[in-house]
Amino acid sequence: MARLDLKDVSKSYGNVEVMRDINLSIGDGEFIVLVGPSGCGKSTLLRMIAGLEPITDGEFSIDGQRMNELRPRDRDIAMVFQSYALYPHMTVGRNMGFSKEIARAPKEERAREVAQAAQTLGLDRLIERYPRELSGGQRQRVAMGRAIIREPRAFLFDEPLSNLDASLRVEMRLEIARMHRKLNATMVYVTHDQVEALTLADRIVVLEAGRIQQVGSPLELYERPANKFVARFIGSPMMNVLPARPGAGGLRLPDGAVLDVAGDRSAGEAVEIGVRPEHIDVVAPEAGDMVVKAEMVEHLGSDTNIYVRTESERGIMVRAHGHLPVRPGAEMDLHFQRDKLHLFAADGTTIPRTGAP
Amino acid sequence: MSMIVRRSPLRTAGKYAAIGFYLIFALFPIYWLIKIALTPDALIYTEGTRMLPSALTFDNFAAVLQSDFLGYFTNSLIVSLGAAAGTTLIAAAAGYCFSRFRFAGKRAIIALLLVTQMFPLLMIIAPIYKIVAGLGLLNSLVSLIVVYTAFNIPFATFLMQSFFDGIPEDLEEAAMMDGCTRFQALRKVVFPLTLPGLGATLGFVFTAAWSELLFALMLISRNDSMTFPVGLLTFVSKFSVDWGQMMAAGTLALIPSCLFFIFIQRYLVQGLTSGAVKG
Repeated sequence: MARLDLKDVSKSYGNVEVMRDINLSIGDGEFIVLVGPSGCGKSTLLRMIAGLEPITDGEFSIDGQRMNELRPRDRDIAMVFQSYALYPHMTVGRNMGFSKEIARAPKEERAREVAQAAQTLGLDRLIERYPRELSGGQRQRVAMGRAIIREPRAFLFDEPLSNLDASLRVEMRLEIARMHRKLNATMVYVTHDQVEALTLADRIVVLEAGRIQQVGSPLELYERPANKFVARFIGSPMMNVLPARPGAGGLRLPDGAVLDVAGDRSAGEAVEIGVRPEHIDVVAPEAGDMVVKAEMVEHLGSDTNIYVRTESERGIMVRAHGHLPVRPGAEMDLHFQRDKLHLFAADGTTIPRTGAP
Repeated sequence: MSMIVRRSPLRTAGKYAAIGFYLIFALFPIYWLIKIALTPDALIYTEGTRMLPSALTFDNFAAVLQSDFLGYFTNSLIVSLGAAAGTTLIAAAAGYCFSRFRFAGKRAIIALLLVTQMFPLLMIIAPIYKIVAGLGLLNSLVSLIVVYTAFNIPFATFLMQSFFDGIPEDLEEAAMMDGCTRFQALRKVVFPLTLPGLGATLGFVFTAAWSELLFALMLISRNDSMTFPVGLLTFVSKFSVDWGQMMAAGTLALIPSCLFFIFIQRYLVQGLTSGAVKG
């Protein structure tokens, strides 16, 4: 297994620079998830690691050995594709053992390894089948089996679950987590689904517009996002971001509510505040920071999502734990949990909270 | 949920009638060819339009097989197979590049290939004759193979490109991740999947070359290098046409084409459609 290092990596197509200043060290056995909206460059980055896309500038190395000029076959990395990319004219068994076939491994050894991998993945009865005869989930397993048998230094996954239906996705997610624990392998996983990122990752890399926005553990990104983009990208429902003006007694929201963030010396520079839906409480009349009207209510059983409109026309999402008997149109008082407030400067970066309120 | 669709018998009958009409329309000339080949010479004119001749004979076939016909036949086979193999090989390579690589001048080359398809062949016969004569290749089968290959490459290239476009690039990339070089990926993964396309291209070029008359007529005048369509003209003399033998020769000439298509038909149907619609 291996440690992957990206140093000042950038990527251009002609004069168009699509990625820059990518610096990332992936530790041995670490599970790294690259997330971001479509077009952020996460797949391009993965393909550069794989060797399928040339690196324009900077250096990519595995265990300290420069990889830039090496062909994919010489990097000793396995990849699971979004489309699975199973060879349609080969049986499941041959698909899985193809890397060994290319490496001229003895036939018996190949058959033994295929049988073993098929057993672990629950594919032992399908070895003689062709990919077209398999369901989506089975194809996904074959693709994983093919990667495992390769015994690579690192595994890459390019949105492997996005072609599966919801329930199968949860199942395969667990399967991948299990595979990581069992092989203890270095894995880099690309997804646009933050649930996959939060559940699978040791560390998440958030990308936007070809740049790394933040690297951190799922909890770090959730609790201490580096900027507004990360704050809004991680967490569901999305974080509420409201314009704020420093004023007497604290930060003044557009419709007059004042949030006292006393003790925060830096609060004066804030132009926006962010607060997650789960950090807003519905409180007794007169006890809250603002009075709002519920516009839409979603009862999810475990939670209640309430979408409210403030006088300033800016909507706020509130998430209350459990079942909350609110009807659309009802008035209610909201309280913003002070220690969970995020402050953003004009350029979108997070202003560190300097003191406890 | 299954639904039972009741078809009106009238519609079914109409459908079969339409198919039947089409088949008769398409196959009647072939029937006529075989019919005349089997009719004794004496009856050809007297029983001109009768659907079935009153007597059958294989004399025409026997006569044809004893003539130079076998020579023409062999020549045609060499030329057609040569042109089909050459064209398919080059078109496959070119089509793969067009499908997979970005390079300077790609659009210009594609446009140029298209332009070559816009001129009537008649316009370039004279220059081609001049070139071939200058090379001293008149009356040689090589000249025909080269000319046919050249003329079929553009269309065959587009055909092959569409087949390669239909094969996801992921497959090649997966093969490269599995340890293949690009060429190994091509050979072990792309090539087997392109067999239908190769079959379709081979068949297309083979039939085109098999039935080509114009260039063969211009470039070949010696009897022993004539291809079959040119040879067929020898049955037409100044004062008479030997219809029976001509048709017998024509019937025999159908055999290789038929065999070829029976052989590749499986790939062809799959190939001609899978290139067009991604499936």
